[in-house]
Amino acid sequence: MKKRKWPEAWHEMSPGCIVFAPANAREYHTGSWKAQRPEWDDSKCIKCGICYIFCPEGCITQGEDGFFRADLNYCKGCGICSHECWPGAIMMVEEG
Amino acid sequence: MNIIENFDLYAPRLVDKKEYVSPGHRACQGCGEVLALRLMCKALGPDVVIANATGCMEIISSMYPYTAWEVPWIHVAFENAASLGSGVEAGLKALRRKKKIPDRDIKTVAVAGDGGTMDIGLQALSGAMERGHDMLFVCLDNEAYMNTGIQRSSGTPMGAATTTSPSGKVSMGQQTWKKNVTEIMVAHGVPYVATASPSYPLDFMNKVKKAMKVKGPAYIHCHTVCPTGWRSASEITIKLGRLVVETGMFPLYEVEDGKYRMTVEVDELRPIEDYLKPQGRFRHLTPDQIEMIQERIYQEYNKLLDKVNGLHAWSDLKYDWGLFE
Amino acid sequence: MAKRVGMEVAIAAAEAVGLCNIDVAAVYPITPQSHMAEHLSELVADGRIDAEFITVESEHSSISAVAGASATGARAYTATSSQGLMYMHEILPIVSAMRLPVAMGIANRAVSGPLNILNDHSDIMPQRDCGWIALFVENGQEAVDLTIQSFKIAEHPDIMLPCCVNIDGFQLTHMVEPIEFPDQKLVNKFLPPRKPYATLHPDKPVSMGTFAMSDIFPEAMKAKDEALKSSKKTILKIWDEWEKLFGRRYRPVETYRADDADILLMTMGSMGETAEIAVDELREKGVSVGLIKLRLWRPFPFEEFKAAVRKAKTLIVTDRAVSFGGPGGPVSTEVRSALYDENERPAIYSYIIGLGGRDVAVTDFVTIVEEAAQAGEKRTVKDYEFYGVRG
Repeated sequence: MKKRKWPEAWHEMSPGCIVFAPANAREYHTGSWKAQRPEWDDSKCIKCGICYIFCPEGCITQGEDGFFRADLNYCKGCGICSHECWPGAIMMVEEG
Repeated sequence: MNIIENFDLYAPRLVDKKEYVSPGHRACQGCGEVLALRLMCKALGPDVVIANATGCMEIISSMYPYTAWEVPWIHVAFENAASLGSGVEAGLKALRRKKKIPDRDIKTVAVAGDGGTMDIGLQALSGAMERGHDMLFVCLDNEAYMNTGIQRSSGTPMGAATTTSPSGKVSMGQQTWKKNVTEIMVAHGVPYVATASPSYPLDFMNKVKKAMKVKGPAYIHCHTVCPTGWRSASEITIKLGRLVVETGMFPLYEVEDGKYRMTVEVDELRPIEDYLKPQGRFRHLTPDQIEMIQERIYQEYNKLLDKVNGLHAWSDLKYDWGLFE
Repeated sequence: MAKRVGMEVAIAAAEAVGLCNIDVAAVYPITPQSHMAEHLSELVADGRIDAEFITVESEHSSISAVAGASATGARAYTATSSQGLMYMHEILPIVSAMRLPVAMGIANRAVSGPLNILNDHSDIMPQRDCGWIALFVENGQEAVDLTIQSFKIAEHPDIMLPCCVNIDGFQLTHMVEPIEFPDQKLVNKFLPPRKPYATLHPDKPVSMGTFAMSDIFPEAMKAKDEALKSSKKTILKIWDEWEKLFGRRYRPVETYRADDADILLMTMGSMGETAEIAVDELREKGVSVGLIKLRLWRPFPFEEFKAAVRKAKTLIVTDRAVSFGGPGGPVSTEVRSALYDENERPAIYSYIIGLGGRDVAVTDFVTIVEEAAQAGEKRTVKDYEFYGVRG
């Protein structure tokens, strides 16, 4: 991640506070917010994608092997994926 | 475990993989509204301009110097999402006609919360819809002014406790029924009006795609769960969204050219208690009050069924059927 | 040499907008601006200009719509007065903070309480702090010229700030005046198509209108202030360019027989022409009087103003608005503030005149100046005075 110059001086600011870098919010890792994290049991997973579609963060992606994982840099530990998972393949585990 | 009917199990994998609202946004854990925003953007694709009102979605996604948006986005103030969107639509139209930008369809989408749509934003919405701009307006309704601290709006359901309609010795919380802006939009003659919920993601995304195709105004009222404001557990966000539909409190339907159609059929309505119990904002309600709410829900639901069964599409009504003998 | 025509000033202003190749106009009618809105919509309806005319449902929506249109890269215009401007007030600082080059015509009218549709400056004065460039015109020709210039000023890459042109409602907007319309080809040369700094387009997505926490907000405010202050030098360059193309010269502070004057009268807006006649009359009588007319209100032209009043002993400021319970007329307040630190400064008289469309006649100016001349060293007016108010 590129180191951002912050805080900016007044003349360094983007005129009109326009942000030109789309989706640079990715620089902020909301994963530090979570008190619990999801863990997948691939033996139960049916690769339906429900966890992916219901994640408010949009941080669950499908890997090469077809199984799903949350990007823990962004996962806030809300528990929706675990609650919605049909076969019960996702367990919420306390963050240490 | 809930079996969801009318849901194609493997369809999520066919949905656009790109996240147009990136992770790193600052929504609460389990926020239903940002989920709705995320799904809406997947259905819209990249050729859009979003005009957003002040509110939760604007704040969590656009703290300078960051933005969570992959698509062009503008925010000005609280009550003018619709008029801002009107200007964006007119600007893009004029520039395209005068060949100052490439000749390509770009949809203008105005997004606002229940405050910015139903209360302070109602005037701008009405004006924009009446003028017939080629614009989709999406109301993300979390049933209170959540971003400023859970104050009531005209979208707050009857009986809900908010910070400006708290339950107390002489008050049951919100005293009035939810304002039906969907019906107001139908009354404006908007060609496509629909209600939606992110708990039914494919229904929602199909509606967004349909609304995009309209060359004119379209309106989608999306019910979104707010665990913070509703005092519910963050993991049952999706479940609550299903319950609000299954209890008939927020039926999912669309009105296309005046013809009403239920898009998610519910064979038998669940008792409203199933929906109210998991939410802290309804904790204070007495059985009598719940009974009153239940009756009103039946009434509103039947009103809707009347329309679904009885009303014709507007284009079918152009002929003289000898109705006026 | 272009032809001179007699035309109602509001309509002429709309014709001027029509010369500027605008893309979007969103106007909500309000007396006395309504002729501008109506004529603009006629130009669009007849196909004389190719623009989207949005018949918005309120002024708040009109300013929001032109902000949105401007953000897409379109050239956008709106116009209003009085209550309409007050309704827009919420959005005005946002438009300037977002550096959107919106052009606005204001037909100055009294602000309500009680309702009055006639001319004074109480509508533009509450907008002083909004960060917009504000220009004042004196006659129909200036209304046309400055309306065309406002687009160039707003859109200039060294400025990028919204610009409003203040035209006295009824007193000027509804007068038929001789106007020489600039030739369209020359206007096109003066005002080329807009090159926006940033646009809303999926080919290059940006986010506009982000919010700022307190760790960066003061810097954003300083940036806005610096932008407005530094716009003056570019405005002067643009006025130079205008003179070369069209022969008419504009200055931030216009002077009339002021070089050797002991007493200076100061006006803003259309009453300047009346004041000129008064100055001529008084000079006939041997009174050493001159006139300064403020054309550039924001950014306030401190240098030019101080230079204009340097040699005077008395400065009589006439305001068409009042700041209730405060220091009086807004212009006199700013003038006093501008001169406070000067070693040599004139005695300042502040008169509030012409509120709510009350006529300001040559005799009124003559009376004011003669009073000040007679008083000499003994100032007769403390702070400010409502001129001609009974009781």
